[in-house]
Amino acid sequence: MLGPYPAIIAVRFKMLLQYRAAAWAGFSTQLFWGFIKVMVFAAFFASSSLAQPMTFAQVLVYIWLGQALLALLPWNVDQEIAEQIRGGGVAYELLRPLDLYSYWFARTLAFRAAPTALRMLPMVVFTLLVLPLIGLEEWALPPPESLASGAWFLVSVLGMLALSTAFTMIMHICLMWTISGEGINRMMPGIVPVFSGLIIPLPLFPDWLQPILYWQPFRGMADVPFRIYSGHIPVTEVLPEILNQWLWFGVLVGFGYWLLNRARRILVIQGG
Amino acid sequence: MPRLRKGRRGTVADSLWLYGRLVSQSIRAQLQYRLSFTLTAFGGFVTSVVEAVGIWALFERFGSLGQWTLPQVAFLYGLVNCAFPISEALARGFDVFGKEFVKTGNFDRLLLRPRSTVLQLAGHEFQLQRIGRLSQGLAVLAWAIWVLDIDWNIGKVLLLLFTLISGVVFFYALFIFQATISFWTTESLEMMNTLTYGGVETAQYPLAIYRGWFRGFFTYVVPLGCISYFPSLAILGIVDPLGSSLIFQVCAPLAGYGFFAVALLGWSLGIRHYTSTGS
Repeated sequence: MLGPYPAIIAVRFKMLLQYRAAAWAGFSTQLFWGFIKVMVFAAFFASSSLAQPMTFAQVLVYIWLGQALLALLPWNVDQEIAEQIRGGGVAYELLRPLDLYSYWFARTLAFRAAPTALRMLPMVVFTLLVLPLIGLEEWALPPPESLASGAWFLVSVLGMLALSTAFTMIMHICLMWTISGEGINRMMPGIVPVFSGLIIPLPLFPDWLQPILYWQPFRGMADVPFRIYSGHIPVTEVLPEILNQWLWFGVLVGFGYWLLNRARRILVIQGG
Repeated sequence: MPRLRKGRRGTVADSLWLYGRLVSQSIRAQLQYRLSFTLTAFGGFVTSVVEAVGIWALFERFGSLGQWTLPQVAFLYGLVNCAFPISEALARGFDVFGKEFVKTGNFDRLLLRPRSTVLQLAGHEFQLQRIGRLSQGLAVLAWAIWVLDIDWNIGKVLLLLFTLISGVVFFYALFIFQATISFWTTESLEMMNTLTYGGVETAQYPLAIYRGWFRGFFTYVVPLGCISYFPSLAILGIVDPLGSSLIFQVCAPLAGYGFFAVALLGWSLGIRHYTSTGS
């Protein structure tokens, strides 16, 4: 029923798993960043005696899951797809008896999931289990609020992956407008971390910004799963949030399809 | 054909002249792609604005960071976000050294030329696009100085300039270290990003909020605090909770130059270790 797509995902996934050294370097880098963030937040929490919208433990969850799942966020593009568009290889892709959107979607899914799969587990194991052992328990990743929270977290990570892949697809399609597309993509490392909550957890933004932060797709790419894990979104309120993720997924896929159809009309095959 | 200049090769004047030529060529090349340049610079601007927004939001929520106010932290932020992009623009050759020179074997060509490798790499590319981040850093620094009631005198103005230049030198040294390591590892290490980008992130906040071992590392091993936190205390007139003296705070930026000297020493050791990957 799914045709060749599972195979496409599997092949790309295996290829991307080759980059293990890069994953280790990434692990230590992200650990270091995590430490800086933890110390900064600890200092902010120590400066105010007022009740905050999140506890420090919930912020810890946010920081460490953010570091663990960083590669899942749509802040860059698959250079091979970019190269196909730049070099004219996209002509061959269009000749394949496959729907181009679905084909690229499968590749993009692997592109997002494989590096994350490599990086997530060491980060979670280290921050959840090793940090308490070496005397840094006040910095460690707390376990999920409850078993149900943990299970729902895993469900919401699926939504996170879907959303992020759909958004990366839009970034890929934008590249067909060559220079302006690249320009749009260069904004993403600025925009995505803020609206997903990676810069600072979304609930800590001023209250008057909260409605704006609620109605946007990036929330489902970090904020929602992280808060489900920590119980900041209680189990009873999880379902609408998951639905919200998939609703945005539908919107992003629809937009991607529409954009790809427009792009085909203006597409110029470069190279001979 | 480029104009040839008479005179002895390798003199300081000659090196500066050549460096100037390389930089102006690089700038002209980048301005050929104006739209691309503008978009990249703007992207850098947006990315760094976003970090500033994060800091602002945290102050909105928590009120203060220990005894530090938003404008005081903005001063630290502005300082490091001016020094770093200038270094990034100037040290591009060292930044991409592993990927573009060692891995490809292109470094051999540099070794054959009758000029020092440091000069050639320094002039490899002048990254004009860093102006995006620089302008944001300058704007934040200007805002902080505007809002803060600093008791300015000539000494403080000089200390501010001295700190900025030392910051540029310090980050430049980090890029040289990063390049030196790739003599051994071939690829540039992502881990060095913890010291460059991670250093910028660290220096945006007062050093006093970090743990002892972390502070020690960024004071005595990698003297990041010496080009941001300590001189800022003297300029802002804040009493250091860590207990550093005024004389130390004023002299601290000198550590940036020492660090640079060590980096150059390491570089010459690295060159001796270099074996080409080319055929």
